[in-house]
Amino acid sequence: MTAAVTTAPATVRVRRSQRSTRVGAPLLGLAVLVLAFLPFVAYTTVTSTLVTFFILLIMATMWNLLAGFAGLVSVGQQAYVGLGAYAVLWMSDLGVQPFLGVFLAAVVCAVIAIPTSLLAFRLRGDYFAVGTWVIAEAYRLVVVRSDALGGGSGRSLTTLSELDQTLREAGTYWTALTMVVACVVGSYLLLRSRLGLALTAVRDNEVAARSVGVDVTRAKRIVYLVSAAGCGAAGGLLLVSTLNVRPDSVFSVQWSAYMIFIVVIGGIGHIEGALVGSVVFFALQQALADYGSWYLVLVGLVAIAAALWLRGGLWGALSRRTGIRLFPIGYRVDRPS
Amino acid sequence: MTALLELAGITKRFGLVTVADGIDLSVGHGEALGIVGPNGAGKTTLFSMISGDLAPDDGEVRFDGAVVTSRDAAARCRLGLGRTYQVPRPFEDMTVFENVLVAARYGAGLPTRAGYELATSVLAETGLAAQANLRAGALTLLQRKRLEVARALGTRPRLLLLDEVAGGLTDPEVEELVAIVRALRGRGLAIVWIEHVVRALTSTVDRLVCLAGGSIIGDGTPAEVLASAAVREVYLGSDPEAAPAAPERTAPDLLGKLLR
Repeated sequence: MTAAVTTAPATVRVRRSQRSTRVGAPLLGLAVLVLAFLPFVAYTTVTSTLVTFFILLIMATMWNLLAGFAGLVSVGQQAYVGLGAYAVLWMSDLGVQPFLGVFLAAVVCAVIAIPTSLLAFRLRGDYFAVGTWVIAEAYRLVVVRSDALGGGSGRSLTTLSELDQTLREAGTYWTALTMVVACVVGSYLLLRSRLGLALTAVRDNEVAARSVGVDVTRAKRIVYLVSAAGCGAAGGLLLVSTLNVRPDSVFSVQWSAYMIFIVVIGGIGHIEGALVGSVVFFALQQALADYGSWYLVLVGLVAIAAALWLRGGLWGALSRRTGIRLFPIGYRVDRPS
Repeated sequence: MTALLELAGITKRFGLVTVADGIDLSVGHGEALGIVGPNGAGKTTLFSMISGDLAPDDGEVRFDGAVVTSRDAAARCRLGLGRTYQVPRPFEDMTVFENVLVAARYGAGLPTRAGYELATSVLAETGLAAQANLRAGALTLLQRKRLEVARALGTRPRLLLLDEVAGGLTDPEVEELVAIVRALRGRGLAIVWIEHVVRALTSTVDRLVCLAGGSIIGDGTPAEVLASAAVREVYLGSDPEAAPAAPERTAPDLLGKLLR
């Protein structure tokens, strides 16, 4: 073979989407519409269960972005879950409506993540993972020392209590749904952009990515900030859905464990993986709710099995076999025949 | 006119081993320079200090008149320094096209459309057009080596650093790669090429440098350098003092490669 085959530049055609996307995207849009309509027809038990699911989905999507694309395996994302919850509480004391507070909590967490990343990014690999956990603990200790925020025993969010319960549940639900859509669509757009190309390269080989001009640290930092924002919103949602916050539970490492379970089961490095993983995890959690912490044992076993035998998780296996992609971020060249 | 690349007093030590001992070297615009030397001579380390993957302990790297010693690999790439790796480092889970596209969008800083066009033409130039949609992890060694070159070209370099692109390939495969490099050279691209397969080098470069024990022991036309007593001594290993610190290959092996 020689290098003589030269394609005239004008004939280059690059496709980003494929048929499964053109079918899948409207279906997903329809699903969101139906979900948005749900509070008008369903009992609040249904919507509040879904809120719990949405919170998990947000967290998983953010962790997937972090670990699956930027290669930042963090076990300290509970730092932002906790800070997000407390940000909503603190802003509500200042008179900010808590639903609005959830969105602002995302911003607050992104801002806090800037100096945090300067510290955390000095560590690599395993050390980064452990370091993020330590940082989360440090933030918990700071919150525990604040009497205004309820110290070690936590506090209730009172400003939402005056709302009618149905209205409050609906408001929480819509806020959660908006955040889910924002996180999933946001990750998709981010990964489809030029930055996404860089992140995929960084995931595959950091040294080589640097050698072709990618500012690796900057790319990672952007993802870290986005992920902090998403987890902050999830934390804020936890507060408005339970109306109560305790530092030990919002800053618990279990949140990171959930994120890891979900993403490993669903498929790391696939946006769809977080979706599929959340459904499986949530179903297991609901089905085994009566067996106490046994469900964690089972979920752990499923995650180990997935990590050992199902590389790329459920979605990875499905996508490899069928080529289906709901969120295509790749580039395919059409060769003129 | 100043040289495109200038190294002044580049020094690097790993523990007690000095892998670069005050190296001075300059490469002109459009010049093709070959670097040979036994394993452990410090060739790849020198490359890494030029590309910015490794910081020298002492000395200065200047590219196109500007001091770049403290700039990282990504910044140097954007200035026009493209490199390949001895052991190919493709972005395995991306397609061949995407591999080059990253380089075009970041290294060359092109917008979407222009990036597509550059990536396509580079793939055609390196004979990878048919593999554009293939996952890079699925490529053969020759294709991986080509992809290394393609990706470096995607950054639109002014100086291309090739690290043993012909290593591990069969003779006909080496010929194919040499043809690609020679075509690039014809385009006026400056090239620095490390290679054990000396025959591939001598047919392409106008100048050869021999590195041993962290120092330049020969610099001139390929014929001059290969004929010099110091170079022959290092390759034949007759003088233990001149031998590199930790040669992994035996002398007969190196001699075989040299004379192949």
